Amino acid sequence: MSEMAATPVPLPAKRRGAQLLMLALAVGIVMFAYANVGLAMDGKVPAGMLTYGLGLGGFMLAAYLVLAKWAPWADPLILPLVTLVNGIGLVMIYRIEASKAPGASATNQLIMTGVGVVLFAITLIVLRDQRALQRLTYTAGFVGLFLLISPLIPGLGKSVNGSRIWIGFGPATIQPAELAKIALVVFFAGYLVAKRDVLALAGRRLLFIDLPRARDLGPVLITWAVSLGVLVLQKDLGSSLLLFGTFIAMLYIATQRTSWVLIGILLFVGGAFLAGQLFDHVQARFEVWLDPSRQEFFDRELGGSAQLMQGLFAMGAGGILGTGLGEGHPYLIPLSFSDFIFPATGEELGLTGLMALLMVYALIVERGLRTSLAARDPFTKLLAGGLSFLLAWQVFIIVGGVTNLIPLTGLVTPFMSQGGSALLANWILIALLVRTSDAARQPPPQAIQNEGLTQVFQR
Amino acid sequence: MNSTVKRIAVACLAMFALLMANVNYVQAVKADKYSEDSRNLRNFYERYAVQRGRITAGGKEILAQSRDTGSSEFRFVRQYTDGKLYAHITGFFSPESASGIEAAENKLLDGSSSDLLLRRSIDLFTGEPTKGANVDLTINPRAQKAAYDALRESGKRGALVAINPKTGAILAMVSLPSYDPAELSGTNKKQVFTRYDELAKDKNQPLLNRAIGQTYPPGSTFKVVTAAAYLEDDDSRGPNTTVEAPQRLPLPGTTISLPNYGGAACGAGQVPLVFALEKSCNTPFGSIGMELGYDKMKEQTEKFGMGEQIGVPMSVTQSDFGPEEDKAALAMASIGQRSNRMTPLQMAMIAAGIANNGTVMKPYLVNKITDSKGDSIEDADPQELSEAVSPETAGKLREMMVSVVNNGTANLAQIPGVQVAGKTGTAETSDNRPPHAWFISFAPANDPQIAVAVIVESGAANVGAEATGGHTAAPIAKQVMEAVLKN
Repeated sequence: MSEMAATPVPLPAKRRGAQLLMLALAVGIVMFAYANVGLAMDGKVPAGMLTYGLGLGGFMLAAYLVLAKWAPWADPLILPLVTLVNGIGLVMIYRIEASKAPGASATNQLIMTGVGVVLFAITLIVLRDQRALQRLTYTAGFVGLFLLISPLIPGLGKSVNGSRIWIGFGPATIQPAELAKIALVVFFAGYLVAKRDVLALAGRRLLFIDLPRARDLGPVLITWAVSLGVLVLQKDLGSSLLLFGTFIAMLYIATQRTSWVLIGILLFVGGAFLAGQLFDHVQARFEVWLDPSRQEFFDRELGGSAQLMQGLFAMGAGGILGTGLGEGHPYLIPLSFSDFIFPATGEELGLTGLMALLMVYALIVERGLRTSLAARDPFTKLLAGGLSFLLAWQVFIIVGGVTNLIPLTGLVTPFMSQGGSALLANWILIALLVRTSDAARQPPPQAIQNEGLTQVFQR
Repeated sequence: MNSTVKRIAVACLAMFALLMANVNYVQAVKADKYSEDSRNLRNFYERYAVQRGRITAGGKEILAQSRDTGSSEFRFVRQYTDGKLYAHITGFFSPESASGIEAAENKLLDGSSSDLLLRRSIDLFTGEPTKGANVDLTINPRAQKAAYDALRESGKRGALVAINPKTGAILAMVSLPSYDPAELSGTNKKQVFTRYDELAKDKNQPLLNRAIGQTYPPGSTFKVVTAAAYLEDDDSRGPNTTVEAPQRLPLPGTTISLPNYGGAACGAGQVPLVFALEKSCNTPFGSIGMELGYDKMKEQTEKFGMGEQIGVPMSVTQSDFGPEEDKAALAMASIGQRSNRMTPLQMAMIAAGIANNGTVMKPYLVNKITDSKGDSIEDADPQELSEAVSPETAGKLREMMVSVVNNGTANLAQIPGVQVAGKTGTAETSDNRPPHAWFISFAPANDPQIAVAVIVESGAANVGAEATGGHTAAPIAKQVMEAVLKN
């Protein structure tokens, strides 16, 4: 009876302990950096270091507990990595605020981090199965579209620095595009799962590539038009590029068709060329990209290169090892605490710090894509893949922009830039990634042999 | 879908690889170019980030120091206690440049010199901020003040250099007109540059340190060099050696002849050398020059330091006896005219060389450099520059120069109870301005403590006796010598 050589099936490890340790490490690094700023600038450890560190630590502990309870199989790396980036962003904002840069507020950002963690928790608790989102495909589509165009609604939208990407309720302003991007990824995932067969198979072969049918071009053209609309009506190059690029990537994942990518690139190039011809601000960004140090561009008030150059000066000043926190002049860059937080960090933490930071982002993306690979149903695969790509693409657009790798388009640096909407949206994005990774890493139902005929499914 | 997800993963990695490569490019390759950009305020702030060392005179008088403002942009700003008085010595420390000691000793003052490596390493461990080294100058504040006040009283442009003949230490160095270095050392670039442009365009050239940066025809003061060459040429010659002193000296190859000053006679046509020097007759020294020849004259001048590249530590404009031309030109050069051009420092070195038994000491301004903790980095080490004349010749020259003050053209330099040796000069300039008044001297003659050279530009009257040069310049030198001797 007892010679059941039950070969134990190895379960994927939860690794909750390792996660807690890494979380503590991330919070520790941030506290250390915070102390560093105080020591460099005032010669003493900042008075609020404990409150600050315990605040961040407390939020993250809460996030951890929620995750451990409601998504125990989730990837153990994602939360600590995000905590680190979020914390370094907080330290930089604190440091820039200490240099009296108008608008920088580390306290606001800390509060928003707390709210972000709350939304993270709510998302995990409410959304027990990410596949529920598939039923909301079209709802998500409409919500995303509405959010995207909401700044254009008279009385609601606000125009800041020439871009109409804000909506205001009294004193509070929200950048709805940040939330829209998540809704739209959900929509793309649901829509593409439903239509992927027809998008993938129908069509004919021309030369080397399979071309889709003309009538299947509809969704691509619509997304393209919406993106162009964002560009034209809101003057928001960043969101436009982000949206279109993510859609093309998801289309490619869903259909495995290279022709979609080529069509996407063609449409993008055509759109960019058209926009460059029609709109001065697009043209200006392009000129500045080619030769940012030109005095004429440097002096230009709107769409000039002064901010970009200040960012490059800051990074140059940082060199390999950086000036050290609190010892550079990152506040000289306009908006050093939001759009240009990356070069500001580069001045004080140097090339070493930026490489580490990019590595952390790359790891988050990589964990997301791994989730996508491990996911068991197409919707989850597409959702995880889309969200991960969205994150990577956003980092590429903004970091590439501020380091003059590509023309500069305004976007926030995920988790680092000061700004509530983006921070909240990105915490929801992480919650969705955690939820999908929990589903993907959960062991499949197993028969317990010893129970005879009765099969118990472990969920 | 896994194959496409994997390809997307590769694309994402490629994007991050691109970003990383570009960040490397910006921060490692292009960093230098960015830091040199004039629109980058960081190197501007950098200039003010370190507490520069003090510049002091005589170990206690503070000439320049850095004040801590507590600001993160312009942390330490430069202050000059008595700016105009020391302007040409300390120089200024402007947003983009510096001059004087501020420039010449910049690496020590801002702490970046390799001589301070040990100090910096210690500071690194103890966590103290780097501070620059303190530079103490050889300047005697009383002499400097006396020189500045006396020269300013003349109302003219001019310069004065005083040296300790035994060491070469510069005791006073004044150039007028002066400027206030504080005006050029502010942190407001626009204001500083506007002021600098004004000063640079001023036709009186207040920024020029005339004492070491300008050459003038030395006029009759150069006759001591001619006399030195004459005495060196033959040991048997002395102050009482008779020299030819016609009323006019015909210049070979020309139709003109060289007169004495104002066309006056010089004794009875044949006079002792000392008399010729006392009365500063032109004709005897013109003929001596021609007799000795260009090479001997030039060689003697070089023995006094001419043509030597000297840094005090600011670099000194080279003096020049002039090119070899005809005999007429040589006669003119031998009385300090024609192409003969000397800096006031060079003339002070000539006086100092005679005072120091014929040995010219290398002039220097920096007495001592100490790090921020007071440990010595560098102590002045007096060096011989050259052996200008033999001690015997020096004795004869001294005797004659004392006679010039006691019996000759320089009676205004007499100091009661002190034997002063000197020589006046009136240097004609090519344009139609009044001639420059010169005076070189040293005192006490038997144990020289100070050698001085003074020039007052256009300080002599156009006509009149040779005494005019002595009249303006000698009293100035006298006041400076008194300031040092009555310590």
